[in-house]
Amino acid sequence: MTVMLAAVAAALFAIGTYLLLQRKLSRIIIGLGLLTHGANILLITGGRRGNPPIVGSEEGDGFADPMPQALALTAIVITFGVTILLLALAYRSWLLTADDEVQDDVGDRAVGRSDVVHDEVADQAKVIEREEAP
Amino acid sequence: MTWLVPLPIVLPLVGAALSILVGRSRTAQRVVALSILATLVVVAVVLLVQVDRHGTLVAEAGGWPAPLGISLVADRFAAVLLLVAEVSLLAVLIYAIGEPGAERHHVGFQSAYLVLAAGVAASFLTGDLFNLFVAFEMMLTASYVLLTLGGRRGQVRAGMTYIVISLVASTLFVTALALLYSATGTVNMAHLAQRLDELPPGVRTAFAVLLLVVFGIKAAVFPLFFWLPDAYPTAPTPITAVFAGLLTKVGVYALIRTQLLFFTDETRPATLLLVVAAATMAIGVLGAIAQEDIRRILSFSIVSQIGYMVMGLGFFTVAGVAAVVYSMIHHIIIKSGLFLIGGLIDHSTGSSRLTQIGGLVRTTPFLAAMFLVSALSLAGIPPLSGFISKFALVQAGIAESHYVVVGVSLLVSLLTLFAVIQIWTGAFWSPPEVTTLPTPTPVRRSGGPLLMVAPTAALVLCSLGVAAAAGPIYSFSERAADDLLDRQSYIEEVLSP
Repeated sequence: MTVMLAAVAAALFAIGTYLLLQRKLSRIIIGLGLLTHGANILLITGGRRGNPPIVGSEEGDGFADPMPQALALTAIVITFGVTILLLALAYRSWLLTADDEVQDDVGDRAVGRSDVVHDEVADQAKVIEREEAP
Repeated sequence: MTWLVPLPIVLPLVGAALSILVGRSRTAQRVVALSILATLVVVAVVLLVQVDRHGTLVAEAGGWPAPLGISLVADRFAAVLLLVAEVSLLAVLIYAIGEPGAERHHVGFQSAYLVLAAGVAASFLTGDLFNLFVAFEMMLTASYVLLTLGGRRGQVRAGMTYIVISLVASTLFVTALALLYSATGTVNMAHLAQRLDELPPGVRTAFAVLLLVVFGIKAAVFPLFFWLPDAYPTAPTPITAVFAGLLTKVGVYALIRTQLLFFTDETRPATLLLVVAAATMAIGVLGAIAQEDIRRILSFSIVSQIGYMVMGLGFFTVAGVAAVVYSMIHHIIIKSGLFLIGGLIDHSTGSSRLTQIGGLVRTTPFLAAMFLVSALSLAGIPPLSGFISKFALVQAGIAESHYVVVGVSLLVSLLTLFAVIQIWTGAFWSPPEVTTLPTPTPVRRSGGPLLMVAPTAALVLCSLGVAAAAGPIYSFSERAADDLLDRQSYIEEVLSP
């Protein structure tokens, strides 16, 4: 059981990492979801298995460790909230640019391509204008 | 006095809720936020004096004893950072209220700001590793909201990168927590420190490196810093100022706390830390030199200053850690101040691009004076606070004969001087190259409205104070460093109060 959970966590991490390397924000968000699930499964695997930890239902060592479950729940709630925010941001980005591709930093790109007019290298407005022209 | 310890976390959260309730009246929101942050400055002062006189304060949430419940620990290091953080949060809030723009148009600003304050305080005070994760998330979620407030194109682009990279760091943190829990069966930091000692040294080193990566992303050390100069400059000035002063420093705090508390000398990645530190310092300052925008120059120089702190930590001696404590105090104040000055430049000229502005030394001499003091302090010119922090770091390094990294740090501080002098000549000294920009507001000689200039001046004065009182502050830093390196007494104070 533990080996299987570990394998599932590993698979989720692998797929999540692959999706994270894409340029589309929607894929990145799905990738992040899988990645965090992987982390949560890892958290659950860390605890002892057993029966539900309800007082009086069992003696001594028969209980599952409730701690990792509580930790995983907290982590799930936090990721849930942040994912919603990220989705809202992806929607906003789609409204603004009609695309959800994560764009390069305009300043970085301009510094990298120093053949752009040197005085206004990092001038956002100019560079965007330049790119939209052709 | 243990009842004081949870206040810096609880009060701002209550305030955040209150300021949503009174959302219709901007004045009421301001009163709530200002009074809460002002109270917290007082609380932090009392806490600092108490902790320094009577030793570490431990509060147990809900009365549950230490390894079971969540403990809040205020030791010297946490208390002093808390005080500096609250002071800079208060100053930046006053500036935000004075600035036309970001604060005025958003109902959610005050609430998000207070949640950020609570998250920062919780990160400093918590004695529980999982709770540190929650505190980080509280702080980061508030920072996501603050960064993208307004939803402009540049903000959305930078916000996406920032949120994704932070979320990846958080996932790694949860992974580290999962592995730590399954190896030791606890997440209480004192208890963890005790139980980690029983693990084989290889596993301990692996944990040390894993935690280094997790907090390295938050602290923006090389090679994990790339998100910072991308994200920070896009936010409105007050928000960038508070991010620059506090968020990366919380990462450094967590790095210092975990490396010093959890690991013993033979399992700490000391050489790795020094290599990372040298690279962070050098790359950060080279990035700063390549930029032409004030905010971007300052953002890259945050990265290079983080390198100094990691270097001090990498020595793992009392002198090194004391120098880090001092330079964190210095840096939080000076960096927030510099970003506020950058904002004032933007306010009085309508741009922060060096090619478009100039001659500010004539139009706004007071602003020029404030900038010169802070910039020289950042570069480490005597007798300012930056000089003292760098001198202490270099001394600590030479005492341990780490000559290479010390040499790099000296070279980097020369280059930092070059980077800030670039701002000085571009914005203040030379005449503007492009004169087509219309001035948005009539320029005042002080550089802006009183509510914007006063908190900036207060931060600059604070940094002068840190230099003037360097003796007492440095000896306090040494006591804090002693505490940090004395793992056993931390463990005892938390586990058997």
